[in-house]
Amino acid sequence: MPEKVFQQNQTILETREITMRFGGLEALNALSFSIAPHQIVSVIGPNGAGKTTLLNAITGVYSPNSGEILFRGMPISGLKPFQITARGINRTFQQVQLFSNMTVLENVMVGMHPRTKSGFWDGLFHFASERREEKKIREKAETLLDFFGLLPKAYWMSAHVSIADQKRLEIARAMAGEPELLLLDEPVAGLNIRETEAMGDLIIKLKQTGQTIILVEHNMHLVMGISDWVIVLHHGAKIGEGRPEEMQKDSRVVEAYLGT
Amino acid sequence: MGKKNKIYLLAYALIIFLVPAIWKNNYHLMVLNIAALNIVVVIGLNLLMGFAGQISLGHAAFFGLGAYLSAIFTATFGFPLWPTIILAMVITGMVAYAIGIPTLKLEGHYLVMATLGFNIIIYILMIQLDGVTGGPSGFPGIPRLQVGGFVFDSDRKIYYLLWTISVGTLLLSLNLIHSRVGRAMAALSHNEIAARCAGIDTENYKVKVFVISAVLASLAGSCYAHYITFISPGTFSFFYSIQVVTMVLIGGIGSLWGSVFGAILLTILPEILHAVKEYNVLIYGIILMVVLIFFPQGLFPVVAGIFRKRKDEARSGMELVPGKGP
Amino acid sequence: MTFGLQLFQFILSGLTTGSTYALIAIGFSLIHNATGIVNFAQGEFVMLGGMFMITFHSLLKLPMLPSFFLTVLSVAAIGLLLEFGPIRRAKSKEILILVMITIGASISIKGLSMILFGKNPMTLPPFSGETPLILFGAAIMPQSIWIFGITVSIVLALNYFLKKTTTGKAMRAVAASRRSAMLTGIPVDRMILLSFTFSGALGAVAGMIITPITTTSYDVGAILGLKGFSAAILGGYGSMPGAVIGGLLLGVFESLGAGLISSEYKDAVAFLILLTILFLKPSGIMGKGRLRRV
Repeated sequence: MPEKVFQQNQTILETREITMRFGGLEALNALSFSIAPHQIVSVIGPNGAGKTTLLNAITGVYSPNSGEILFRGMPISGLKPFQITARGINRTFQQVQLFSNMTVLENVMVGMHPRTKSGFWDGLFHFASERREEKKIREKAETLLDFFGLLPKAYWMSAHVSIADQKRLEIARAMAGEPELLLLDEPVAGLNIRETEAMGDLIIKLKQTGQTIILVEHNMHLVMGISDWVIVLHHGAKIGEGRPEEMQKDSRVVEAYLGT
Repeated sequence: MGKKNKIYLLAYALIIFLVPAIWKNNYHLMVLNIAALNIVVVIGLNLLMGFAGQISLGHAAFFGLGAYLSAIFTATFGFPLWPTIILAMVITGMVAYAIGIPTLKLEGHYLVMATLGFNIIIYILMIQLDGVTGGPSGFPGIPRLQVGGFVFDSDRKIYYLLWTISVGTLLLSLNLIHSRVGRAMAALSHNEIAARCAGIDTENYKVKVFVISAVLASLAGSCYAHYITFISPGTFSFFYSIQVVTMVLIGGIGSLWGSVFGAILLTILPEILHAVKEYNVLIYGIILMVVLIFFPQGLFPVVAGIFRKRKDEARSGMELVPGKGP
Repeated sequence: MTFGLQLFQFILSGLTTGSTYALIAIGFSLIHNATGIVNFAQGEFVMLGGMFMITFHSLLKLPMLPSFFLTVLSVAAIGLLLEFGPIRRAKSKEILILVMITIGASISIKGLSMILFGKNPMTLPPFSGETPLILFGAAIMPQSIWIFGITVSIVLALNYFLKKTTTGKAMRAVAASRRSAMLTGIPVDRMILLSFTFSGALGAVAGMIITPITTTSYDVGAILGLKGFSAAILGGYGSMPGAVIGGLLLGVFESLGAGLISSEYKDAVAFLILLTILFLKPSGIMGKGRLRRV
């Protein structure tokens, strides 16, 4: 895994008053925050707080009704998902979205798409340059699978590996796009305690390579254990942010969760 | 594309090369020549159905555009043969681009309706613009295919030319699906949202695949016109569009070898059914239904399974496994 | 004849054929709402409607009214069998496969009809004479009045059924969400069966009322089906009022195209409109945009 070179104390992602409406419902309400690089930032909040909507807005699946999203100082709101991925944001999904008609290895190879170049003509005639790139893609995919402990299953159909492996594979595919910012949507949902711990370790290991991570998660034990910073959403608005131990004690946060 | 495919392809080319030596009946060779052209259309259509997740019910129109453009430019205006065939491909490609751009941006199967409407319009134009197309009675006297003075004037001579084009199309298409672009196409047809978020410009790829698919149909259409030397609108009706979609389905969506199988089988089948005259439409319909009801992945995996001794799981999911997600 | 009167005449005849398109489009919508598939055999139901009516009324000499109901029952039964047999037995529930099965059914029905009814065009006598009535100076055939009357009654009856009866409400529930409908205990399978049966009946009626004007033959199903399909798209696929408006509009456009340009381009005009609508407002006139969720 290549080390990320980034200056400290710089903002990698910033949202300015983004609002996202579905009919009468305000899923995000003038939400502003900024995120420093090389950290694990968790976004928490009760169901329906707007966490997944936020990820969808950042990755361009939805376009916010108003407000701005800046990535490394450049506005990205309004861009299409593939353009945002090309700029260096990659994600996983709450419900695993793999290409289940492909092998584990091929899934990761697809993930390399935005960082490779071969086009239609290269594909038709398999020129020497195409073959070289294809070899590089395969090797890099194998390196990634090794990092994620999936190399022994490289040639399995992705639909046939366990759910924990599928979740890791999805992260591996996202990492194949060499993102500056990785968004994880509930990476431990559906995993047992042991698998959850392993996933926590994996996320920390990723951070140690310099990866910036936004984590949306319901498992408070995991969030409080690995996060550097926590942002709390409620009804689409930010009701608090701070270090994990501060947030645990914050009265507004406790209220939102207990629903007084 | 993997060792296996290379061996298959070699064996396939060898069999095709030997067929005319064994087969002496010229009519049978003609049926096989038509099969070679159908393979080109069906492979193109399967790239669209299996790798872009879209259906076209207008491929007869692209096939017909190739045929009529070729006929008009060469016979009426005296254009040289091969440049005309390429010109027809370019024009057909541009038409497909114009249809694809607005419809493929939308979610859902709008392309089906657009191509279907387009097919009917082109069909009507072929009949009505009789000053240019010869109308319902057809367009006769199209020059034969030739390369540097050598005229392909018999079924036997043209056999090798058409099958070279057909095998070449298969080779290039197999190359394509086993490349970065092919992977991206397989990904988008299987899970579009995930593909977009993995950095694939899905709209652009869908339009490109559709254009390629139309261009291949145009190439086959041009060859058809210069081979038979006479074309009439009936060949390019909506029914041909259905036939080629059926060939894709019989072979299996997403399987290019299946397309070869489907195209050959369904080109020969109606010839056999001619023996039962009146009943051929009925039997054609019933076969289509039975296959789709009981073998939705196509007949090719079933047939291939008989020949395959080991029951190994498909190692690469990009062949034989139809690409459709939840 | 003045241009205004001519225009009025074109519109009248357009509304006549448009009414049948509307009935076919409703059939498409019923099945689409219940199952999500496009039933390409819909046009064959229309052809069968005409053919059965000719068989019962002209060949077997049964009176008009019993022939009418016998035809509706027979074609409805064919619709029912299409669902109960091929569609339900299909191993794959993928939309594309199911749609192609209906195409297979359509080819089979066409092939069988060719054998049973022959290749020659056939026609029915109009329901009540051929003396045209004069309406604001324009001639209108009594058959057109029948077509309007029957179409309006069917649309009203269907509307009542879907809005007021328990079964109708259940059908709408299935259309809104198959899953939720199943969870509330609605027999979804039976509702799907019902939608095919109704579509068969609607097709039969459309075929019977239009045959005296246009004649019929074993191969008219495809083009009539496509027209109904275009009408459904034009109005907004799956919407009942959309189907009616789409059908009538398509009929009028077509008739104007035929009258003002050339009757040879009648079908081209219809499909050109379809393409234009797809480019400009793909959800159709009455359609609503849909939000995508991950």
